Amino acid sequence: MSMSAASAPAAFAEASLLARARRRLAGDRVARACAAILALVTLACLLGPFVTGHPYDRLYYDYPGTPPSLALYPRPDAVRPALDRLAFRMRVRAEDVSVTGDAVRLTLAADKPVDPRVLTFFSRSDIFGEAQILGRSEDGRRLAVEAPLRRLRFLAGTDALGRDLLTRTLVAGRLSLALGLMATAVALGIGVAYGALAGTLGGRVDAAMMRLVDILYSLPFVFFVIMLVVFFGRSVALIFVAVGAVEWLDMARIVRSEAQGIRRRDYVRAAEALGLTTAAILRRHVVPNLLGPVVAFAALMVPRVILLESFLSFLGLGVQEPATSWGVLIADGARSLETAPWMLVVPAAFLVATLLALTLLGERLRDALDPREGA
Amino acid sequence: MTPYILRRLAQGVPTLFLVVTLSFFLVRLAPGGPFDLERPLPAAAMENLRRVYGLDQPLPVQYGRYLAALARGDLGPSFSVRDLSVAELFARGLPVSMTLGGLALLVALGLGTALGALSALRRGSWLDHAVTTLGTFALTVPGFVVAPLLQIAFGLSLRWLPVGGWDDGNPKNLVLPVVTLALPQVAVIARLARAGLVEVFDRPHWRTLRALGLPPRILALHALRGAALPVVSYLGPAAAGLLTGSVVVETVFGLPGVGRYFVDGAVNRDYTLVLGTVVLIAVFVLVLNLVADLACALIDPRLRDVG
Repeated sequence: MSMSAASAPAAFAEASLLARARRRLAGDRVARACAAILALVTLACLLGPFVTGHPYDRLYYDYPGTPPSLALYPRPDAVRPALDRLAFRMRVRAEDVSVTGDAVRLTLAADKPVDPRVLTFFSRSDIFGEAQILGRSEDGRRLAVEAPLRRLRFLAGTDALGRDLLTRTLVAGRLSLALGLMATAVALGIGVAYGALAGTLGGRVDAAMMRLVDILYSLPFVFFVIMLVVFFGRSVALIFVAVGAVEWLDMARIVRSEAQGIRRRDYVRAAEALGLTTAAILRRHVVPNLLGPVVAFAALMVPRVILLESFLSFLGLGVQEPATSWGVLIADGARSLETAPWMLVVPAAFLVATLLALTLLGERLRDALDPREGA
Repeated sequence: MTPYILRRLAQGVPTLFLVVTLSFFLVRLAPGGPFDLERPLPAAAMENLRRVYGLDQPLPVQYGRYLAALARGDLGPSFSVRDLSVAELFARGLPVSMTLGGLALLVALGLGTALGALSALRRGSWLDHAVTTLGTFALTVPGFVVAPLLQIAFGLSLRWLPVGGWDDGNPKNLVLPVVTLALPQVAVIARLARAGLVEVFDRPHWRTLRALGLPPRILALHALRGAALPVVSYLGPAAAGLLTGSVVVETVFGLPGVGRYFVDGAVNRDYTLVLGTVVLIAVFVLVLNLVADLACALIDPRLRDVG
């Protein structure tokens, strides 16, 4: 575990805690893999929605509940039935249909002259683009038309309303990740300030401050958040506050006990006896010792916050439509298990991958930042 | 022993009081009331309802009445489920939740200790790594993902088990909810048991016992005694959480437990139901922590004088 000071190389003893931690993490395959997964998920969430070619809230009425596939839609065998449906709504018959590459040619026939304005039905459908008139018969009862096929790809399928699931999952990821980071920042700020204050002031003030933490701790924690969210609206901002307000308690405890414990250590007393200033002791001994637990705890808090947000959204208490988060999507998926299992699997896979990577990385980070651990 | 238990319970009263007070006013701060409907009730009917439930009184009076009733053990009538009191609702839901939670607890304790012991005995082996890795998975993958996946696998694909429902506690209906509840607990207990056992194995007294050539049965008893402490002190709060029901599991599997009461109560502004649930959970936490501490004292004589 620990190396005696004499045997440690002089250069190493001087290496900063962060440099050492970075070196140790870089040598860890699991940590590298987790960092790569996180980078990938983040990048996908940030840039992906621009690449998938679907707006996240666009409803494709012709493609509800489409399973995931690499194939291009519309499928060749789906063109004819789609045309027939369209023709029925235009009150015409679709005749002489021929599909040529990316377009379809056909003749619209009716007993009365065909009004060219019905062609807007083509551009309104998700399967065809804007139709061109190629020619019309003398009596106007036959209209030769060419319409391009609208080529669409749904890599992760669509939901029950025909929205592209991949785009939705990535957009949801933005919110989940942003919420995780920001609520953690809130909790970190409150917790560190409160804990450091209590630890430094000590005495009766410390006792009173920590008593308050104990009291808040004894409240049923998830219920507290639910109550806040239910009673004070369901805005995204409120979820930050609610989650941050609950999560700072642990941080305050950790910071306080570390700050207190470190100040009582023999080597800190020795440093005091040697005449080091308080500022120097803080910088040299207290902060490095505090940094590890705080950073590690913050890293482990991010997945907890994301999970909590997803949990609230799953219960219908979190993010509201049309905005979406992984919890919302998973809740949707859980409701349509039988007809569209991919609606559960895709967002769940993203959530689980992110949570796992964050947790494993956080644990590794905690070990790497522990000044008591050897190199 | 008895004075100690009584003192501990008495110590819990201020906490309980605080929790109730905070919840009471938090609930009342919320906009809306329990009788708000899409189409508002006639003013006279609303007035009558408010009078019957005592909502026409000033808030401090209502608070005092609630506390007085609570002191008598009366949790009041439910506002959203007409004709039923909160206590009656608990009487219906608690058996369901406690059956599920109790079974999950047993499974977690048995499986968790076994896995923890196995990985402690084979430290560094593939088995140890497998248990650790699976444990991380079980702890990270949330219940609202596990539960629907189990439904797909065992309910819809294999058709071995029903997808949900209570069905008067039919054992088949219990399997999936209990598994969902137990999984993360198995992981935690396995971790705690492994860490506890590893610590025992490093101690001098353990080496002495081994050197004396005691039979494995006796050795196991000594080792488990050392490993039991962290597990038992974890089990107190964990059991409180499990026995009072899980919102997620009850929602996904459509079970009539008490886990949903809090959310439903909060959404419907069912003040008494929300407060009742808070009280229920606080009491469970209080009592089960006490039980855990007593069990710890039973296991480790050094902890006995502390109380």
